[in-house]
Amino acid sequence: MEASKVIHAIYTDDDILMSAVKKVKAQRFHIEEIYTPFPVHGLDKAMGLAPTRIAITAFIYGLIGLTVAVLMMNFIMIEDWPQNIGGKPSFSYIENMPAFVPIMFELTVFFAAHLMVITFYLRSRMWPFKNAENPDPRTTDDHFLMEIAVDGNEKELESLLAETGAVEINLVDKAH
Amino acid sequence: MYTFSNKLKTFSFVLMLLGAIGVGYGFMTSHLSFEEVEHLLAEESHHGGGHGEEAAHAAPTHDAHAVADSHDNHGDTAHAEVDEHKEHVEHVQHQIANRPWSALYVAAFFFMMIALGVLAFYAIQIASQAGWSPVLFRVMEGITAYMLPGALIVLAIAVASGTIGHYNIFIWMDPEVVAHDKLIAGKTGWLNIGGFVIRGLIFIGGWYAYRHFSRKFSIAQDIAEDKSNFKKSFRISAAFLVFFIYTESMMSWDWIMSVDPHWFSTLFGWYVFASMFVSGITVIALITIYLKSRNYLEFVNENHLHDVAKFMFAFSIFWTYLWFSQFMLIWYSNIPEEVTYFVTRFQDYKLPFLGMVVMNFVFPILMLMNADYKRMPWFVVMAGLVILFGHYIDIFNMIMPATVGDRWFIGIPEISSILLFAGLFIFVVFSALTKAPLLVKGYPFRKESEEFHY
Repeated sequence: MEASKVIHAIYTDDDILMSAVKKVKAQRFHIEEIYTPFPVHGLDKAMGLAPTRIAITAFIYGLIGLTVAVLMMNFIMIEDWPQNIGGKPSFSYIENMPAFVPIMFELTVFFAAHLMVITFYLRSRMWPFKNAENPDPRTTDDHFLMEIAVDGNEKELESLLAETGAVEINLVDKAH
Repeated sequence: MYTFSNKLKTFSFVLMLLGAIGVGYGFMTSHLSFEEVEHLLAEESHHGGGHGEEAAHAAPTHDAHAVADSHDNHGDTAHAEVDEHKEHVEHVQHQIANRPWSALYVAAFFFMMIALGVLAFYAIQIASQAGWSPVLFRVMEGITAYMLPGALIVLAIAVASGTIGHYNIFIWMDPEVVAHDKLIAGKTGWLNIGGFVIRGLIFIGGWYAYRHFSRKFSIAQDIAEDKSNFKKSFRISAAFLVFFIYTESMMSWDWIMSVDPHWFSTLFGWYVFASMFVSGITVIALITIYLKSRNYLEFVNENHLHDVAKFMFAFSIFWTYLWFSQFMLIWYSNIPEEVTYFVTRFQDYKLPFLGMVVMNFVFPILMLMNADYKRMPWFVVMAGLVILFGHYIDIFNMIMPATVGDRWFIGIPEISSILLFAGLFIFVVFSALTKAPLLVKGYPFRKESEEFHY
């Protein structure tokens, strides 16, 4: 496979990074990735990333949890063996419903929370023993790194990035 | 500065006038004589629609049979049946007479609790030094202007029902009942009219003192050169919140729980608080949206609306949590002396009792969960109206079963009581809004609030 080149521009301040992102976007360069040591408020908007849909998945998982709770207790307590336990009415689900609400609530939360977290791990490709994809270890401490694909226009791009206040600009060979 | 539009002023007067006429009509048509009630009951059972009569019959029948059994040797069962009939008719007669009083009381309490809930919310915003809400402070101050007249009216109706009326809301005010009821007699140390009035005046006095001074400091801070007024209002807000949580709890025992003097619940004060808090926040949202649509609040943006809607959402759930905790604990243990409270509500008030859970929980949780919806004014207005109606029904469910029993209906007395107090509320609140600029000028967090975005 052909080796493609990327530029790594390194910044030391998140405000400068933000304005740099806006300038680079205005020049219609494609930002591959940005590495930051902490969440930079508004960076996703400046980069034009699509909003996350994880809340929607959580809602659906919650509904699944609720359904599981209802079906489980309806089967166990009402259909399978409707015992008289302390005079509680086990003739139909609705009659004994208040007693099931704590479980319905907890399972809704349980499913919503855990499945959402697992979805997050899957979508962001995080798991134990995963190799870190870090181009520069300093980005975990106090540096910000912007990665831009190069397509024969490195001179133009380098001068633009220097203007935006990058402290370091490296041309990197990246084997895809 | 806000100017009270003539249209809205006229609208509030029309509401008050219509309401007053309806309330008057309610009082005039509720004093039926013994024979009229007898006739009414006979007609109801004749038409087969006499569910009320059957249910009401059940209780006296039981007592009367016990009497009849013990007197069986003497053979005067017929005599007992005459007594039973007389008792039943008198019971229904009293319920019918109670209806306009209770309708008035429910509506008065509902609008008072909105203003009181906003007052508590306002104090929390100041005490927590919230950075998002100062642009809404003047709206909140406008709403809390209704607290004093509203609370005095509630107290006045409560006392009048026992002095002018025939103990139409609180049966413990009736010395005749107390004399024959050991349970109530044991509570007379707390439940007596003198104590009721004094406690009520102390609550209202304390709330009003906070309202008065926080408003004064807020206005003084507009032109002040230092932050001393802000510091003072911070201190009294913290003190008020302590005072409020005690008095609000006692107020709910006095003004609401004592309509069922045989029943008690420990989390009742919190439950009433949740109801007043969520309705208060909803009204803040509605009035803010109204004023914004009239271009009076250019510094309020959809981020503020988003935050208010989040509070509406969260406190709807908090209300449900308390409602369910109270219901489920009593349903689960099923102790006869406390479960009757829910038995009567379930038998005679099924639709309002369950309908309010839908309106106060299911509806807001589905409507206001999405972050985008919380930023749309019309969406928040729709959800807000449902929440407000739901909490009116909540108060309705607290008062009515104890006073009118199965003779409830949302008819002319109820609707016109709402109109009467809605008109008064609009008039007082919007008059108060004209008295000060709609933006707190010198408040330390004003700038942060103006630039607030989420």
